[in-house]
Amino acid sequence: MDEMDRFKGTYFAECFELLGDMEVRLMALDEGNADPEDLNAIFRVVHSVKGGAGAFGFERIGAFSHILEGLLDAMREGQIAPSRQAIDLLIKATDVLTDLVRAAQSGEELAADYGADTAAALQVLAGAEQEKPPPPATEQDAQPQSPAPSAPAGDGEGAAEHQFFHIRFAPFPGMLQKANEPLLLMRELKSLGKTVAVPDLSRLPLLDELDAEEAYLSWNIDVDCPAGLDAVREVFEFVEDDCDLKIDVVAGVSLEQRSPDTASPDSRRTAATERAAPDKGAARAGVPAPAVVSTIRVDLGRVDRLVNMVGELVITQTMLAQQASRLPPDHYLALTEGIEALSQHSRELQESVMAIRAQPVKSVFARMPRLVRELSAQVGKEVRLVTAGEDTEVDKTVIEQIGDPLTHMIRNSVDHGIEPPDVRASRGKSKQGTIRLSAEHRSGRIVIEVADDGGGIDRERVLAKAVDKGLVAADAALSDEEIDNLIFMPGFSTAETVSSISGRGVGMDVVKRNIQGMGGRVYVHSAPGHGTRLSLSLPLTLAVLDGMIVAVAQENYVLPLTNIVESLRPPAHQVHSVVDGGDVLALRGDYVRLVYLHRLFGIEGAVTDPAQGLVVVVETEAGDRVGLVVDELLGQQQVVIKSLETNYRPIQGVAGATILGDGKVALILDVAGLRAMASFTTGAMKAGTDVPAESQECQR
Amino acid sequence: MSTTNGTSEQTEQDRDQVGHGDRTEQYITFTIGDEEYGIDIMAVREIKGWTETSSLPNAPDYMRGVINLRGLIVPIFDLRKRFGAGATEATDRHVIMVVAVESRIIGILVDAVSDILTITSDDIKPVPEMEQEFDNALLSGLVTVDDRMVALLRLEHLFDVDGIEERSETAPAASEAA
Repeated sequence: MDEMDRFKGTYFAECFELLGDMEVRLMALDEGNADPEDLNAIFRVVHSVKGGAGAFGFERIGAFSHILEGLLDAMREGQIAPSRQAIDLLIKATDVLTDLVRAAQSGEELAADYGADTAAALQVLAGAEQEKPPPPATEQDAQPQSPAPSAPAGDGEGAAEHQFFHIRFAPFPGMLQKANEPLLLMRELKSLGKTVAVPDLSRLPLLDELDAEEAYLSWNIDVDCPAGLDAVREVFEFVEDDCDLKIDVVAGVSLEQRSPDTASPDSRRTAATERAAPDKGAARAGVPAPAVVSTIRVDLGRVDRLVNMVGELVITQTMLAQQASRLPPDHYLALTEGIEALSQHSRELQESVMAIRAQPVKSVFARMPRLVRELSAQVGKEVRLVTAGEDTEVDKTVIEQIGDPLTHMIRNSVDHGIEPPDVRASRGKSKQGTIRLSAEHRSGRIVIEVADDGGGIDRERVLAKAVDKGLVAADAALSDEEIDNLIFMPGFSTAETVSSISGRGVGMDVVKRNIQGMGGRVYVHSAPGHGTRLSLSLPLTLAVLDGMIVAVAQENYVLPLTNIVESLRPPAHQVHSVVDGGDVLALRGDYVRLVYLHRLFGIEGAVTDPAQGLVVVVETEAGDRVGLVVDELLGQQQVVIKSLETNYRPIQGVAGATILGDGKVALILDVAGLRAMASFTTGAMKAGTDVPAESQECQR
Repeated sequence: MSTTNGTSEQTEQDRDQVGHGDRTEQYITFTIGDEEYGIDIMAVREIKGWTETSSLPNAPDYMRGVINLRGLIVPIFDLRKRFGAGATEATDRHVIMVVAVESRIIGILVDAVSDILTITSDDIKPVPEMEQEFDNALLSGLVTVDDRMVALLRLEHLFDVDGIEERSETAPAASEAA
């Protein structure tokens, strides 16, 4: 029973994967560039789901996918055009199928007629536009079916739509004693596709010499199997060791061409094998083998343990290297060389291990075409989504968290960015708006962009709204860039009518906070009349963090790089004391509250005068700034985030801990926590804007 | 050190008073100054020499900071300080006993590890009521070994790791206000 559950688990996992892929391909079809390969792939998905459902006895999945398969087959044959209506229906059918699979997984009972309307619609579509009776069911010995319209694709992506196999199946004499029945195997083959089996009777003895329990017959079998080599092999899985089995892939030759010579089995066989050889060669040239990528499923916990251990290895190795560098090099040449090699290997090992957890952003991007499709229909706009860089890989932890922000951003673009068709037309743009979703690696980070060719940010309206909501002072003079950044303010929304899509004012500020919480940043670039581009810059993994090591007396702390705005050593006249004992720093006309880390943390022997030490201006996720007074900056480093809570308790102002190269623990500072500790009341912030600052001047 | 002999003598003497009990228990004993303490051997994960800690801000004074134990961040507590006898001047000869307390791994700074003690539960005497300062909850019992007294520690109460919980939601609240 356990075994069975495991198989089922695998089946469900595969179903969800396959159905996800199916949706992506349906979207591709929808964009009008109907690639026959997409249709074939969709067909294969449904076929696989159906096959598994049959094996496990999920009748409803089986029945539904059978209907769906019928329609898809007709579409494949070109009898039904992939019209928008048809694709809408197929998308709906995918949902129904997914629900059915989910219900089967959870054991939940769906209403008896669940999906019945969709099934009926599928049948209507299949029946209405198709005169001929549906081909799939009874084709084994019927008239030759017209072969596939397209030639077998040589792109390595699994089986081409029809694959022909020549099988030589000669059971060993004892096979029948192991309760294996050739007839059942034949039946199973027949279920895969058109099958022609020719028995070889040459070993059949005279009747009186015949042992009823011995196998005498062997067969030459030709199968036309769309499911590919693996499916064929699977049929023989249990008899492999008890027979002489040879499966040849025969490319490009349909059964019809060879079935006439069934009359003389022997000549036929030789002809077939002769033909098989060169064909096989041809097939191999383009496609190595149907088993293109071999993968295994591994429990995530195991991978995480591996990642942890490798992290430790790297730290240990760094410590060793530091120790070794103190040795006189002449005496310990082999040792230093060994450590050098070790460091290279461990770095490589770390990268490979991190790569195990990396996934292409495709899994997140794949949800977006559908979102755009539905949203644009809802708001009456025509929007095309173009994606690029789906194969960009990023750590699983990041993948898990970018879905929501990305959804918000796309919603925002569809709802606010792209103009309605008539407006677009009047502006001389094509009626159909385009949203470009792209991902790429850029200097050790992943950058994801959502760019639309809409109207851009209406700065006048944004500013008016912000003033109206009291987010900025009425007389504030803001730069264009600052105005654009207002869209990230909490409680801000420019939607004139609150729609169900966006405009509840919980959009972009949430995006910004989520992204910053992950150690990322959000940028907005807007060109009025030409569109808006939102870019996210994220770390490749959340397990490590880019930090600045700061020193206060003997203690080292790590300040997340994403929080740092600038650092400076202010001249004494820029530091002012205010009544309640706090100090402020005058910085380009604004005042920034100074927070002395040594006071908050009770560290003795630290530099107390900001003019002697260093002020690091940091910004919290909420956009507040404080100037953190430390002794000095020691340098930038990537650190692995460790939890303090595991063995101790949370400490205010500390986000976690890490281990530096010397093996010592350093605390990672939590800027928002520090700000709260300094019981800071919102100071001189005008807006949560990012003003890059290089020059410094004193204004009063 | 003939701990085992001493223990068996004790056992015979005390059996009548305390009742039956032949479950043997093992304790690792260590010293702080002249005093000897014991902790359940099952709780001890490892014993290592003193290494410099990284101090934690605003922690109780008996909390010496954290160390890196093969990638694990482990807090180190100064037992002498915890017992109100001033901070330990830690040197290379001092010892950290890494112990598991419930789900946590913590380190205890002690002067030296001395012995492994095998006793039965009958050997353990209750701690007499004591006045002021010393918290009875810290000890689970007393054992006499030869002529020495070994105080058995009740680890769960020793370092109240969850003690101060008044922090938390201040930071998010502040960001909402912005």
